[in-house]
Amino acid sequence: MYIKSVIAGAIASLGVAAAALAADVKVGFVYVGPVGDYGWTYEHDQGRLAVEEHFGDRVETVYQELVPEGADSERVMTQMALQGADLIFTTSFGYMEPTINVAKKFPDVKFEHATGYMRADNVSTYSARFYEGRAIQGHIAGKMTKTNKVGYIGSFPIPEVVRGINSAFIHARKVNPDVEFNIVWIYTWFDPAKEADAATALIEQGCDVVLQHTDSTAPQAAAEKAGGVITFGQASDMAMFKPMPRVSSIIDDWAPYYIARTQAVLDGTWTSTDTWDGIGPGMVGIGEITSAVPADVKAEALAMKDAIASGDYHPFTGPINKQDGSVWLAAGETADDGTLLGMNFYVEGIKGDVPQ
Amino acid sequence: MDFSSINPALLIASLMVSATPILLAAIGEAVVEKSGVLNLGVEGMMIVGAVVGFIVAVNTDTPLLGFVCAAIISGIFSIIFGMLTQYLKSNQVATGLGLTLVGLGLSALLGRPYEGMKSPTLKALEIPFFSDIPVLGKMLFSHDLMIYFSIFLVTSVWWFLKYTHAGMVLRAVGENHDAAHALGYKVVRVRMLAIMFGGATSGLGGAYISLARVPQWTEGMTAGAGWIALAIVVFASWRPWRVLFGAYIFGGVTVLQLNLQAAGASIPVEYLSMSPYLITIVVLVIISSRGNQGAPASLGRPFHASS
Repeated sequence: MYIKSVIAGAIASLGVAAAALAADVKVGFVYVGPVGDYGWTYEHDQGRLAVEEHFGDRVETVYQELVPEGADSERVMTQMALQGADLIFTTSFGYMEPTINVAKKFPDVKFEHATGYMRADNVSTYSARFYEGRAIQGHIAGKMTKTNKVGYIGSFPIPEVVRGINSAFIHARKVNPDVEFNIVWIYTWFDPAKEADAATALIEQGCDVVLQHTDSTAPQAAAEKAGGVITFGQASDMAMFKPMPRVSSIIDDWAPYYIARTQAVLDGTWTSTDTWDGIGPGMVGIGEITSAVPADVKAEALAMKDAIASGDYHPFTGPINKQDGSVWLAAGETADDGTLLGMNFYVEGIKGDVPQ
Repeated sequence: MDFSSINPALLIASLMVSATPILLAAIGEAVVEKSGVLNLGVEGMMIVGAVVGFIVAVNTDTPLLGFVCAAIISGIFSIIFGMLTQYLKSNQVATGLGLTLVGLGLSALLGRPYEGMKSPTLKALEIPFFSDIPVLGKMLFSHDLMIYFSIFLVTSVWWFLKYTHAGMVLRAVGENHDAAHALGYKVVRVRMLAIMFGGATSGLGGAYISLARVPQWTEGMTAGAGWIALAIVVFASWRPWRVLFGAYIFGGVTVLQLNLQAAGASIPVEYLSMSPYLITIVVLVIISSRGNQGAPASLGRPFHASS
């Protein structure tokens, strides 16, 4: 009996070793939330699963979820690199400096940091032009609000989030000059209770549209509980809240990018790059616009989506003034990526300050 | 700045909702610590309660049953901690932390099929006459059952600790387990019961998050509420009414800062966001500077019947 189990164990471990040897490339993923948040992290994990499916045995993936931003993430990345990962995707803004630090220690390991701006020979950055989706949300929000108050749950006051607020606001104001944005910063990407509290506070103050830039579906649940409030899926479709409160969504589709980058490592062609794709290349998807949205508004939103996808329309097209009234973009001028990437100001009409 | 958009009645009502999970967990932990046991597994027990409550509520369509099962299962879950620390004399701090980790992992596993599902929520009670009082009715008398239950629980714990013989025994065990043992009290049994009570109320607190406050199941959704509950017990110097006060202050500041932001307050939001934690630290400093913190003397010390 004993001998038998020893042999069985030996065979099993041989099998494991063989499987480990068979994989040509090991890809690691560092997540800020749980893979089951049905938002940001969920979509990254869908990308990871797509990599596994695409490459089969040639690629092995590992992931670590709920990794706090900051020093702890450095430990997780180091661990992954030590365990033989060849390519590591770090999927939150707050991992930027830890990624750079760890990348210095492991020059042979390739790193890919999402939504950041710091690169190195073995560190690429990638992000999606979420603001394109925000423009469409802003349009629908401006058309549909009855109280003219739109709530916005911000996570951290970083350019990524500020850009989204500006884009949504510009397009809401365009169709509804009376619309106001009430912005709440909660300083976390993922805390369902706090996100729900923030949504409730906004709704109690009369907001009938709630936009979120946080990762969980809690604001959707809060809006549904309150009734008569519309929301948009963030990062993922959040389809379980269709048709109300969720009337549309921004869906991040990372799978093609993850597959392409893994392929590059397999081929030995990986170089440090900076990718920022939007609706056109398919990195940003717009989820189904539900029946709660009037047909004409839906048609306008879809038309805007097509115009953005084809490049005919840029969501930041002048004339746009900064909050203090100074001119940012002259009529017909479009924003350059540099300004967008560092955006730390509100456009004219938004009340309050960007926390510095 | 326009604060007219903040409705005080709704604010107080939201405050109570946001404070109830930590209140439930903290009142149980206060009893556990009063018996001389430091259970750092509150977070783990809460999240187990959150997932169990959600699963039961979804499957039976009865939120109340969800709460009952959450309390029972979290109570049973806390027995693991009790067995290890009381019978096998393991280190309480390490075991408590372990309980949290197990709870987080276990809940993620159990909850996976339920992610993204919607739960039946607890309906607000319509209390005849009282609910119709303007302002006050909205503020205090249109909540769900669990909010009233949490206040009832605080009252009961206060009465139990102060006026009953059993409560006195529990406190004696917490203050000096050797003396209590010499008097013939069953130290380990008392502590096991206290631990189970703490587990049950933590479970209720967790279930309140997943069934009433949010209401949905998301992995890791307690997001540190258990740790805040632990801090509130110290903040309250182990007294039931102060636990209530502490939990409401914490819930209040959290909700108030969100409301002030939504109303466009020009106070920098960083200060508002850190204010609940800041207030907790300040109060802790004040309490400890007064010397006597009211901590049970045997808190966290292992008990050997032989010594």
